[in-house]
Amino acid sequence: MIMQIAFDYIFLIDKIVLIACVLALSLLVAMYSTWGERKVAGWIQDRYGPNRAGPLGLLQPLADGGKLFFKEEIIPANSNRFLFILGPSLAMLVACMTSAVIPWGDILEIGGRKISLQIAEVNIGVLYIFGVVSLGVYGIMLGGWASNNKFSLLAAVRGASQIISYELAMGLSLIALVMLSGSLNLKDIVEQQRHGLWNICYQPLGFLIFLVCAFAECTRTPFDLTEADSELNGGYHLEYSSMKLGFYLFAEYINMFISSALMASLYFGGYSFPGMDSLGLSTNVVTMLGFGALFIKIIAFLFLFMWVRWTIPRFRYDQLMKLGWNMLIPLALFNMLITGGLILWQQGH
Amino acid sequence: MQALTDRSKMVDRKPMTFVERLYLWNIIKGMRITFAHLFRKKVTVKFPEQKRAFSPVFRGLHILNRDEEGRERCTACGLCAVSCPAEAITMEGAERKPGEEHLYREEKYAAKYEINMLRCIFCGFCEEACPKDAIYLTETFAPANYKREGFIYGKDDLLIPDPKTGK
Repeated sequence: MIMQIAFDYIFLIDKIVLIACVLALSLLVAMYSTWGERKVAGWIQDRYGPNRAGPLGLLQPLADGGKLFFKEEIIPANSNRFLFILGPSLAMLVACMTSAVIPWGDILEIGGRKISLQIAEVNIGVLYIFGVVSLGVYGIMLGGWASNNKFSLLAAVRGASQIISYELAMGLSLIALVMLSGSLNLKDIVEQQRHGLWNICYQPLGFLIFLVCAFAECTRTPFDLTEADSELNGGYHLEYSSMKLGFYLFAEYINMFISSALMASLYFGGYSFPGMDSLGLSTNVVTMLGFGALFIKIIAFLFLFMWVRWTIPRFRYDQLMKLGWNMLIPLALFNMLITGGLILWQQGH
Repeated sequence: MQALTDRSKMVDRKPMTFVERLYLWNIIKGMRITFAHLFRKKVTVKFPEQKRAFSPVFRGLHILNRDEEGRERCTACGLCAVSCPAEAITMEGAERKPGEEHLYREEKYAAKYEINMLRCIFCGFCEEACPKDAIYLTETFAPANYKREGFIYGKDDLLIPDPKTGK
């Protein structure tokens, strides 16, 4: 009995340490994504990007963060104070919550115990992510609405309809993947890819739809209609200042990080890499290598996000809706049909 | 209708082809261009460390010149002040006393000489008007100060160091 309780404590400590690590990692990556974004923007425009704060400008995110902390907090006089504060908090919370079901690596063996590098191995991982991500729209909506400003409100309305529309196509493209893997557990999906081909080989169209929708869900260019600096003066976070603005900006980068991790896990084999099981190294080393592989994949996706942002301009609103409803959803349905048909044909029906 | 220039081009209003309507291919083309730019030579001049060479006719802040023996060249004739379109220059003349020959080249000199750098438009007319080669525009530029008064440069700001004593 006592042993049982002691074991549970250790389990709890494992999970708390893991959660702290993943949170710290997401925050760190988000911080340095802002640096990376500005570097990539600079390079693409034949500039250097930030290079003053520290070597290569590496201290720039700290300087930015410090600046945001010390700026004046402004809450507009006629705004709904509670909702105004709730908006960015919700955005940040939701962004941090998604990382719980992503398998960051295989199993670590420490002192004879096996620790899974996944915070919550739930068998509805994909559903969980969808549930949490769709909460993210509340951050934008509440922020935009509570600001009591017509630009923010417009941005909030745009954001809400954009995210809901693209979530449909995203879900449909994932259904095809789930049909293939037969599981909603992200760990299972990754393990299947570890022993077979990566899902991108089976689902190229599905991946493309998912990628476009991920851009839209993160409200990244070319789908950044919620921010739309040129027409809405910054959109839903127009009235925000200080760290509340920082939370919104940060949440965007965490979302990017998580969706990169998700895309890597779903379509590019997650923490697995070719020849993983024939290296002949100990479990721990292979797990760490796997984590490294996942990280490289994530960084590649983050770069893609930035690369696209500094290449193409924003969609017009009607074009956005047309693309979502008239192109992506039918395509996703078609993809689902083909996948289902192929699976049935393979099973010999 | 005849074209006004030889650079005019017909606007292409043909309906888009299938590939164009897919839009993806065009995005990839665009991304290829931006990717190539990642490795281009950067055009930025890292200013405080690197400086661009000025053109030979660059006109920056003024100096008051001395002759080879370190005597002030200015005789307070006022031609620079007259020629100044911005009326930035004021001066007061004074007579050289016996025993001051090593300080001033001629019998008259400028006891006070002020240029308001906020008024100055750096046209260089003072330099052209000066019959004694006493005022020159240099390559120093972008002065900074906390107060407007600091931009009124007096003789101690303008005079170059004595070539003999070095101060």
